[in-house]
Amino acid sequence: MTWLASADPLFAHGVSFAVLLIVVVKVIAAFSLLMTSVIFMIWFERKAISDMQSRIGPQRWGPFGLLQTLADGLKLILKEDLVPSEADRVVFKLAPFLVLLPAVITFGLVPIGGTLTIAGHFVQLQVANPPMGILLLLAMSGISVYGVMLAGWSSGSKYPLLSSVRASAQMISYEAALGMTIVTVVLVTGSLSVHDIVNSQGGGIWHWNLVRLGVVPFVVFVIAITAELNRPPFDVVEAESELVGGFHTEYSSFRFAIFFLAEYMNTITMSAIIVTLFLGGPAGWIPNVAHLRWLFPIAWFMLKTIGFAFCYIWFRASLPRFRYDQLMDLGWKRLIPLSLGWMLIVAGFVIGKGWGFIMAALVLLSYSVLARSFELGQSREVGPDSVLPVVGERPLRPESLRQVTDEEDG
Amino acid sequence: MIGVTYAVPAVLVFVTSALLIVVGALGVIAVKNPVHAALCLIMTLFGVAVAFVAQSADFLAAVQIIVYAGAIVVLFLFVIMFLGVDRRDHVNFEPLVGQRAFAGVGVVLTVGGLITLMARSHWVTGAMSVTTHLSSSQGNVKALGTAVFTTYLFAFEATAALLVIAVVGAVLLARRERPSQPQEVNA
Repeated sequence: MTWLASADPLFAHGVSFAVLLIVVVKVIAAFSLLMTSVIFMIWFERKAISDMQSRIGPQRWGPFGLLQTLADGLKLILKEDLVPSEADRVVFKLAPFLVLLPAVITFGLVPIGGTLTIAGHFVQLQVANPPMGILLLLAMSGISVYGVMLAGWSSGSKYPLLSSVRASAQMISYEAALGMTIVTVVLVTGSLSVHDIVNSQGGGIWHWNLVRLGVVPFVVFVIAITAELNRPPFDVVEAESELVGGFHTEYSSFRFAIFFLAEYMNTITMSAIIVTLFLGGPAGWIPNVAHLRWLFPIAWFMLKTIGFAFCYIWFRASLPRFRYDQLMDLGWKRLIPLSLGWMLIVAGFVIGKGWGFIMAALVLLSYSVLARSFELGQSREVGPDSVLPVVGERPLRPESLRQVTDEEDG
Repeated sequence: MIGVTYAVPAVLVFVTSALLIVVGALGVIAVKNPVHAALCLIMTLFGVAVAFVAQSADFLAAVQIIVYAGAIVVLFLFVIMFLGVDRRDHVNFEPLVGQRAFAGVGVVLTVGGLITLMARSHWVTGAMSVTTHLSSSQGNVKALGTAVFTTYLFAFEATAALLVIAVVGAVLLARRERPSQPQEVNA
């Protein structure tokens, strides 16, 4: 059982009933924290946006309209649950849960405070600290594509299908930049474990990865994660003006509610992940108050996370949506080279200052080559000479091809 | 493995992962809809990841999910959606002459070979880890990294070069512009 203890010091003295109870309580607490914060996040978003647009926003249910989300949720659950006749029934019903699951699992990685001592057990305020650590975030963000993609495909309708094709291309594109910025964080920490990443940023604001890595990986990470979330300005997946509603056009009732729940859960989780990776997580000034010292890391963590949640709302209220080709250009031509180059420079500086400067020079050189090649590609003459001849033949014989197409037409 | 006793949790994990792998793999060939087949493939990949975790190969498990489930199967699905494969399939249609016969021979050869290997060699279903148990709080990322960047550096770089060549080749083949008048082109 040593591997259990390496993942969580709670299991250092073996597995007992008390330890299991603490684990169960931790899981339930994290889940209910996430659910309640979703309710407040939706209210916060609606209120903040209406303030920015000089409107009043929700105000009828509860003080300041706080219960509006509950009322909306109740209304959605009471609606009729429709499945379109053209839909692929199994996948159609499965897809919303595939969106929800990664959001919940990723939140389990985030340390929301320091450590507590409950009945002699040393408890980390983190649901799980697996040895694969932050790689789990990448795995889950890879999985979260499926929910959106399958929801769109299984609806059996053209706008959701367009949306799901967009979603898969967009999420794959931005995952590369996301992974590379996480590598820079792992490089300076020297560990994959989220707990170690947070601990290594503990010594004041100059040790935060935001400052320590230069600001570039932070900026790349925020942009890439916003694209992964399909939040504005990267919400081409849900572009109302082009796609009716996007991948959830055909959904109704509870399943529709789950999509929105998952979207806001993801927003909160990703704000928390940004705080964990770049802003020291629960690190912050702790006044010397007896018995309440454990409360301050939690408060700092919440404060930083709410800050980023507000940033997402701010983006939505102030930035226009990207066009699809601009989105792809930004991902492939700007963010990936930038994060790759910065990763090499950070790796150089981890070894030594000299290597760092050599790497920086090399990266600058390759950037100029890249910029030149982009320029050449843009100004290339397009004419009959640049068209390549057809290579090889199609694998199907012409008569059998005709057979296939005739069958489909008839 | 005579004389070795297994703990109950280990057996449970093994059974779960084996079921995921086998049921998923059978689903891939049995299911008619290509999208459902891709979903079954994801199930298999998850089973393999669980098996990796059970053998404390955390990094491999994570990479399995990130690369295969998170990228490659997404691309499969992307292509399936892009080409608009509808639900009417052409199962009875043979594009290559005699492909069924070849497939049958292939299946017999593979299964026969596997059974022979399992019957004759000890390493196929041997010990949990080949040398020693990699006991480290960091999983085995460090050991893996050291091996890849020292002992197997050449193979690693060769694979990288191969992938780059494949990408360049694919771009070159796919990039086929329509012949058009130069004044219509706005860069």
